[in-house]
Order: sequence, then structure tokens, then C-alpha cells
Amino acid sequence: MADAPTASASGRQTRIDPGTGEAYVDERTGELRQETMIINMGPQHPSTHGVLRLLLELDGETVIGCAPIIGYLHTGIEKNTEYRTWMQGVTYVTRADYLSPFFNELGYCLAVERLLGIEAPPRAQVIRVLMNELNRISSHLVWLATGGMELGAVSVMLYGFRERELLLDIFEEATGLRMNHAYIRIGGVIMDLPDEGVPHIERFLEAMPARIADYERLLDENPIWLERNVGVGTLSAEDALALGVTGPMLRAAGVATDVRKDEPYCGYETYDFEVPVGTGADAYTRYRLRIEEMRESMKIVRQCLDRLEPGPVMVQDPKVAWPAKLSVGPDGIGNDPAYIRHIMEESMEALIHHFKMVTEGVEVPAGEVYQAVESPRGELGFYVVSDGGHRPYRVKIRDPSFVNLQAVPAMVEGSLVADTIATIASLDPVMGGVDR
Amino acid sequence: MTPAELAERVRSRCPDTVVARGDVSTIVDRDDLLETLAWLRDDDDLSLGFCCSVTATDWPGSDPRMWVVYELRSIEHRHRLRVKVGLAEGDANVPSVSSLYPTANWHERETHDFYGIVFEGHPNPRALMLPDGWEGFPLLKTEELGGVNTRYKGAFIPPVDTRTTTT
Repeated sequence: MADAPTASASGRQTRIDPGTGEAYVDERTGELRQETMIINMGPQHPSTHGVLRLLLELDGETVIGCAPIIGYLHTGIEKNTEYRTWMQGVTYVTRADYLSPFFNELGYCLAVERLLGIEAPPRAQVIRVLMNELNRISSHLVWLATGGMELGAVSVMLYGFRERELLLDIFEEATGLRMNHAYIRIGGVIMDLPDEGVPHIERFLEAMPARIADYERLLDENPIWLERNVGVGTLSAEDALALGVTGPMLRAAGVATDVRKDEPYCGYETYDFEVPVGTGADAYTRYRLRIEEMRESMKIVRQCLDRLEPGPVMVQDPKVAWPAKLSVGPDGIGNDPAYIRHIMEESMEALIHHFKMVTEGVEVPAGEVYQAVESPRGELGFYVVSDGGHRPYRVKIRDPSFVNLQAVPAMVEGSLVADTIATIASLDPVMGGVDR
Repeated sequence: MTPAELAERVRSRCPDTVVARGDVSTIVDRDDLLETLAWLRDDDDLSLGFCCSVTATDWPGSDPRMWVVYELRSIEHRHRLRVKVGLAEGDANVPSVSSLYPTANWHERETHDFYGIVFEGHPNPRALMLPDGWEGFPLLKTEELGGVNTRYKGAFIPPVDTRTTTT
């Protein structure tokens, strides 16, 4: 048997048989065996954030090939919207990226509002920004919690979900639901903030800075966290732009772009906030940016609370506004009993109007728009086409997770299997958005 | 660049450019698609180097039957442009732009899954969102909503709308 070198001429490590201490040799040719192994990571895997399947080609511990396979969570949201009224579309799109429902609702509603040529009233705009920024924090908390858990930082997982619970309580109080709220509607928001909503958010804003400081104390200089994240999953600005990557992934590579700054909507240009940008282009930089983004979101939420002035939260045009009034009852949020009495017992005209709006809904002039919003994962775009009817003709959701996921092979090929986990975690994909 | 200025600049090469609801959109001939996109990407004033999305719309009974829609964005100049290519009935193929915009790879695969449009020269034209061997193109307007027959481990599951009756 030939001498067993520890590295081949190409520098590639040879495999040493742990039993004999000798290199594996192909019995037929007498050469060192160089075959690779193909393994499936997912679709059921605790660290693939849902039903993501990665086909990995491994040479020992090194990933030499990677092919993401998606579609397991495809639910036909885009097709379904074509068969519902414009207003019902909100209920569908909110379920796409289920960790950022308010962003889906906002992007869709802004697009439809542009087709209608209307704008939501000022108070509704402020509430929209408020809810979006709280949602950005809750989404980043899930990323921190799940990403931390995947790298073994289990205390961070518990803290992340603990703080997210505070936000979900606020969402539930305002919208009736913890997720998939259908709160932002065409022409405004479906109901005003509850009386205890603002104090509740105030308490959250008071508690949160110390909690974020805790995460940083746990992770910023944690040797394991640094070892697993610094220099891992790098993606240069050039590659990111070519692959269409947006959000914290792109900003971590030094490209200062944010739809809220570049093409402001809902009055973002009037809020004072920074867009954190890094240069490391690795998983650690993305971690730092998301932590900073939570702080910036809290700044925006604070400004929203200062700006909340009494006023309508839905356009006054009866041909657009949702007719029903909602209120909080003993069993949660539902139709306001006074409103039900009004349409059922007092006014035939109101009942007819209610029936017409609920079954047929708003009529949207023919045309097409593309509306982008900055979701926690990047540019979330809605390409909405109307043929002038009561239903959308086409709703295309440009989901940032879908596009960002394309960059996985570029980031993991050549790295270790363990780094694949850290890379996916730093990408923060949500399969509901990827597959739609 | 304001939408009007952008439209003026694009019109120098693509006459069919309009501004509607603040969006600039231009119609390009299929044979000119790659050259036009290369110009839009590399021109210093336009530098539309970022492709946000590629998708399609289906209009049965109209000519063109389908539109392929490219959403481009310039990160430097903060403007957007929509490029549309019309495809006649029975001629659903268009050159792949993934050589110009690598991000178009998955968008085009998804669009093929949903609309059956063939992106010629695509480096990896396999199904992306739908299972291998899926028949039909679900987002065509001629395809009904209501699910599909499913067979799983010997069980037959009919489409949702025929599964239960309310009477």
C-alpha cells in the first residue's frame, strides 16, 4: 500500500480511516478515494426555518455544492387573490411572510390605494408606521431567538421569544390577533388603537433598551458567538446586488439602501432615524445591524406616539371605506353591536350598503403599480394589476426571503457544514414568504 | 431623476414609454430585450442595475396574450423602471435575462412554473415552486381555482370546492 499522505497535491485533505489509521484507497484503482457525499438538509430540520431543503454536496465537512429546493409551503396566495375582492386580498397577503404581516398588508394596501388615487388619513398613516416598526422589532426578535438557538445560545432564544410576547400582546390588543392581523386595510386601518394601547407601548419602550443591552452583553463578545459568526457566510456588495439581495444582508455589505429612505411612503421622510450600515458582509455584521435596527425602530415608534392626534383612521369615502365598525367585546374583537343594530333594525340603506361593500367591494380603476416597502428582510414589493373590476387581476408579491435565498449557494460553497447553519440563520428566511 | 425625466431619457431608445401613477413603464420588443436591458443597466444616467422581480400577466383573448414584466431599480439614482415584453398566443418564449441579472434565475423559473413561458438560454430551467412532473400552469387565467386532485398513500383527495356540499 502506498504511503498515506495527509493532504493531496491539490491541498485537499484525504480521509483517514479511523479504524486502521490509513487512507481510504480505492481497491480497484489503488488511488485515494475522492468521492463526495450528497446529503439532504431539510425539509424537516430544526435549523432551516421551516420547510427549506438544501441539497448539500460534501467533501468531508466542506460544502462543495449547494442547491436550495423550495416550494413545500406554496399555498397559491397570488392565485387566490384573483378570486376574491380587493379587500379580501389583505387577508391573503398578510399570510405570506407570517413574521411580518403588517408589512405585507401595508405594501398591498399602498399599491391598491395608488391605483385608486387615494391616501389614508394622517392618523392612519402614523398607526401604520407604528405597527410596522413594532413588527420589525418582533421579527428581528424571532430571528435573534431562532438564530441564537441554532448556534447553541439557548438563553437568547428564551429572551427573544419573551420580549416578542410583549409585542404580540400589543398586536392582539389592537387587532384581535397575534399574527395575520388584516389590520391595515385599503384606505386606512380597520379600527383605532385601543385606549390602553399607547400606555402599553410606552411600557414596552421603557423595558426594551435594557433587554437589548442584555442581548449584546450575552453575544457581542461571546467567544463562541464570534467564532461561529465572524467571517462566516460572507457575501460581497457586488454579489449581493447581482443576486438581488436586499435588507440587512445588503446593508451589511456596505450598501446604504433602504426603501424607507430612498422612496419614502407613509411619511417616513419626516421621521428622524438612521439606517445602520456595516462593512463586514458576514453573519456577525448582520447580527449587529439587526440589533441596531431594533433601536432605530424604537426611535420611530416613540416619534409615532408623540404624533398621534385624534382623527379618522379610515378614508371617509363610502365607496372605499369598509362599512362595518369593529369593537372589543367580551369574546374579543368583532362587529360592533351598535353597528349591527343600526344595519339590522334601523336603516335599510345602511344594510344595502354594507351588503354591497362586503360582497362586491371597492371598484379599482384599470392600471398597474409596483409598490415597495422595507420589510425586516429587505424590499417587499407588490406588483398589482387591475382590469377595472372588483377583484385584483394580478397580485405579484416580490418577497425578499425568496430572492435572498438565491444567495445561499454563493455564501456556503467552500465553507463548513456547521457554517451553513449560521449562514442560513443570518439570512433570516421565512418560508411562508419564499413559497407564498 | 423624476419619473418624467426618466421616461424622457428612456424614450430616446424605447419610444413606447409612459408614466402612469408615478411608475415609469416601457414596452420593448422581444428581439430587442437583451440589448435594451444591457443599455438600461450600463447607461450612467440610468444605471438600472438591480432587478427586483420578473413575472408575467395573462390576458386570454387579447393580443398580446401575455406580458412578461421586469421591475428594475437603480440604487444609486433612486428610480425605478418597468420593462414589459408582449408575447403572442402560442408563442410563449422570451430570452432569459439571467446572464444580465443573475437574480432573474429564480424569478424566471417561477414564472415558467406558473405561466409556462419558456426562458430561452436559462442556465437551469427546472421546476422551482411546483413538484417535478406537475401538469399545467396554475396562474394562467384559463386554470380554475379550486385545487387539484391529489393522491397520497392510496387516498384520493378531491379539490376543496368539490369536497363538501353545504346543502
